[in-house]
Amino acid sequence: MEQEAAQVIGAGLAAIGIGAAATGVGTVFGSYLQGALRNPGAAGGERIWMFVGFAAAELLGLIAFAVAMIILFAGG
Amino acid sequence: MAAEAPIDPMHQFEIVALGGEMSASPFVFTNSAMWMMIALAVILVFMWGGLKRAVVPGRWQAAVEVLTDFVGDITRSSIGPEGRKYLPWVFTSFIFILAANWLGSMPFAVFGLKPFTVTSHFTITGVMSLISFAIVLGVGFWKHGLHFLSLFVPKGAPLPLQVFMAPIEFISFMVRPFSLGLRPFVAMFAGHILLKVFGYFVVQGLMAESAAGGIVALLCFLFIVFMSGLELLVGAIQAYVFALLTAIYINDAVHLH
Repeated sequence: MEQEAAQVIGAGLAAIGIGAAATGVGTVFGSYLQGALRNPGAAGGERIWMFVGFAAAELLGLIAFAVAMIILFAGG
Repeated sequence: MAAEAPIDPMHQFEIVALGGEMSASPFVFTNSAMWMMIALAVILVFMWGGLKRAVVPGRWQAAVEVLTDFVGDITRSSIGPEGRKYLPWVFTSFIFILAANWLGSMPFAVFGLKPFTVTSHFTITGVMSLISFAIVLGVGFWKHGLHFLSLFVPKGAPLPLQVFMAPIEFISFMVRPFSLGLRPFVAMFAGHILLKVFGYFVVQGLMAESAAGGIVALLCFLFIVFMSGLELLVGAIQAYVFALLTAIYINDAVHLH
């Protein structure tokens, strides 16, 4: 029972990382929009790099989620 | 913990053999295989309906042309003119992930079917990312030979720094197939768990048979509607990101920075 409680607490702590990734993803899209509104002519060419940045920021949140799931379900 | 209906969000990812025992032989037809076939059939019908080559495209042909142009633009803008050679794999991965993601979000349960999201298993997305990685390695060593290894040495950096940067570049290169496959898998996996959990909340709220329970059920239902729309968006973005990153990794192998 104690280990079960520790697992749930650990998974909850791991889920904090998802919030950090949310900040990152918001920064990526927000910064892109800021730049695009200031210089709309250059916006189209940089859209690919926005998605690359989005993918990198999102991946870390997904890893946090995977860690939470591993703690919750795989840690015997 | 609610006693009446235990929340079991993992059940939807179970792979079951259709018409046979799972342990009967190594080759069984599973629900995963069936939904891959369905995705393939949907893609074939969609593409076949649009390949009419009419001068004035109808709606269907216009939809197919927009899609092929969209993916063609990914390879053209990130690899260049020679990116056309790699378009078949980029387009295949894009449209398969897109079809599998969207099929898994369709409300087939209304008709009594058991929907299954193929991309919610790391075995599928992992193998797809390994194929992308194999293409990158193959193209790199084919075009540049052992010179391909200079990908790990950043140009213009002073020598003492290069000693440290080369291993880091190597690790980040070797992590690529893992991260590429993990991304679509976890996005689908997490989204479906979320939908399932809130679906249980709706059922439990209705079973409570009180005003508060009804309000909770209604709020959760509205949230599910919102999340289902977001799930379609995420499914499209993940397909796009997979195709885009595959194209960018291939560009590394073709042009070596």
